Amino acid sequence: MIPLSWYILVSAALFSIGIYGALARRNALAILMAIELMLNAVNLNLVAFWRYLTPNVVAGKVFVLVVFAVAASEVAVGLALIISIYRRRHTIAVEEIDMMKW
Amino acid sequence: MLTLTQIVFLVAAAITLLASFMVVTCRSMVHAALWLIMALAGVAVFFVLLNAGFLAVVQVAVYIDAIAIMIIVVVMLTRHSMGIQDRQTNKTWWAAVIAALLMFGGLVLMFTQAPLLGAEAPALTMGSEALLEELGLALVDVDRYIVPFEVASVLLLTALVGSIIVAWPGRKSQDLEDQS
Repeated sequence: MIPLSWYILVSAALFSIGIYGALARRNALAILMAIELMLNAVNLNLVAFWRYLTPNVVAGKVFVLVVFAVAASEVAVGLALIISIYRRRHTIAVEEIDMMKW
Repeated sequence: MLTLTQIVFLVAAAITLLASFMVVTCRSMVHAALWLIMALAGVAVFFVLLNAGFLAVVQVAVYIDAIAIMIIVVVMLTRHSMGIQDRQTNKTWWAAVIAALLMFGGLVLMFTQAPLLGAEAPALTMGSEALLEELGLALVDVDRYIVPFEVASVLLLTALVGSIIVAWPGRKSQDLEDQS
């Protein structure tokens, strides 16, 4: 059998890779993709804890489904924002999108 | 001695981590999106290994199907913004490396304190069919999870309407384009 710690290690590594991508990349699309990786790491952790610690409680899986819905909405709104910014400013590099910075 | 499920896990873990590393380092956005699909498929394999087959199907349908396709379409729409030869990381990428390493170390340190770390998975009391049925019933049961379920659907609808409005090519943006 696979011990729980293996899943935790993989999801921690996945989350850290996502953090690096979200903080270091210049491209707004790459940042969105890194956020997707982080959400997936969270989902993996939730399902692993459901299976190993509380297999008779359905809450873990319900929460994963809610995270799916949130991820889909987040990507839809994020991509719409990127399209809108690209149409107006002709760039998707995050340092050049600084209209709200002072 | 490794069992078959352990070998499947290790292969899936290697593929997932390699693919996610490529997502954050790849210069071409189209390639990064394709690596993202591979990483998401690896996570779907983990869901199958964890007896959550329905979630694996949802992962394929929502992430690999809808989200990845949307990302690829937007990559193609914004292709002329950042080329492959442009710098892909910002000036403080080293701080991002430190943050990621600190996060990984902190998470591992925290999880070593957790009880039941080497726990074997307890045997499921229900078959996969009954598990799926329980999940479906819990989602529409008035006493259980119908409120989060409905909130999620309202959130999806709001995001749908909001993203249409945000991405709509209004008169104002066209005027700006004419000026520039």
